[in-house]
Amino acid sequence: MIFNTMMFMIWFSVWILLSWPIEIKDVISGILVALFVMFMTTGVMGPKDLSGRKNISLLGYLGRAMWFVCYVFVFLWECLKANIDVAYRVIHPDLLIRPGTIRIRVSLKSDIGLTFLASSITLTPGMTTIDIDKVNGVLYVHKLYIKDDDRKLAVVDKFEHILSRIFE
Amino acid sequence: MKKTRYIAGLITIVAIAIIILFCPISSIIRWQSEFLGRAFLWLILSAFMCLFRIMRGPTAPDRIVAIDMLGILIVGFCAILSIPTGRDWYIDIGIAWALQSFIGIMALSKYLEGKDFDE
Amino acid sequence: MNEAIGSVLIVIGLAFDFFGCLGLIRFPDVYTRLQASAKCITLGTCGIILGLVCYKGFGATSIKALLCLIFIVLTAPVSAHALARAAYRSGVKPWAGTVVDDYSEDMDKIK
Repeated sequence: MIFNTMMFMIWFSVWILLSWPIEIKDVISGILVALFVMFMTTGVMGPKDLSGRKNISLLGYLGRAMWFVCYVFVFLWECLKANIDVAYRVIHPDLLIRPGTIRIRVSLKSDIGLTFLASSITLTPGMTTIDIDKVNGVLYVHKLYIKDDDRKLAVVDKFEHILSRIFE
Repeated sequence: MKKTRYIAGLITIVAIAIIILFCPISSIIRWQSEFLGRAFLWLILSAFMCLFRIMRGPTAPDRIVAIDMLGILIVGFCAILSIPTGRDWYIDIGIAWALQSFIGIMALSKYLEGKDFDE
Repeated sequence: MNEAIGSVLIVIGLAFDFFGCLGLIRFPDVYTRLQASAKCITLGTCGIILGLVCYKGFGATSIKALLCLIFIVLTAPVSAHALARAAYRSGVKPWAGTVVDDYSEDMDKIK
């Protein structure tokens, strides 16, 4: 119930922000559209594959929101570092690359958590997610510069720690 | 061989950059702000580099990558255009373009993978 | 003052856009190109949009621009992921200088 209300608030605010000088017809149509989208999407993102989602209290959601803000700041910092790194590799005369694909073990289980982890890996240092093996919990990652001891990466651990607080 | 190619590319890009930064811009684009005109020309240079990859790409995925990146660049075009012209609906075009380009890229990659759309 | 901050953000965005497109030209195969361009062009366009927000101040245009930014940040890595996977499945070989290739060993096991 709390989850549904939250999703409704998110979709409704997106509608309101997209049609910003608000009139009464915007509010009414916004409520109708947000209800429709909420019922359509709870099947995908809702409690079906995230077991235990129903029992989270309001305080739990507040804690998750705090962790999400923390995640956004960590993500921005890593993203900036990654971009400077890639720009340096591009303008270097010798093209400093040793590409390859490697496996990375992850312990996240939920769909949304894995999606966020894959997306934030794609935008942070030197890596792109290629595929996810959800059964064994393995992420296949294409890396721009491979060092020899790369099977466990500090960046991935950091993101995984934060995302397990948000989505598990 | 590699070094000569690098130096030739460097000289070309520096020449184009000098042309963009020092040309008499007010005869080409009649905006209030000269800085935004030069920024627009610089973005056009980036778009032409994407077009080069679309033209030359040896395989189909190369071209699709370049198309995807061109789609994101066009959102930047819309954002820059809406400042000096004062027309706010350019950013609406940007939102619609981003949506449309995302759906198109997903369809193209499904097609490359050789699967049906119901998966 | 706002215009100065906006100009700086736009210049940073243009620089990253340019480096992304340069990577699209210089790198040797699909996957490395995808990496360079997906990272750099996403951040570059975000910089341009933030510059637009600084120019315009708070208003309807800025809110729409911020929504557009969130949308780009959410969708660009997803489409990069889909493209990389599709390129691997359609049989495009990685560059000859690739060091390890774990994915093509395990590719048939994953649905």
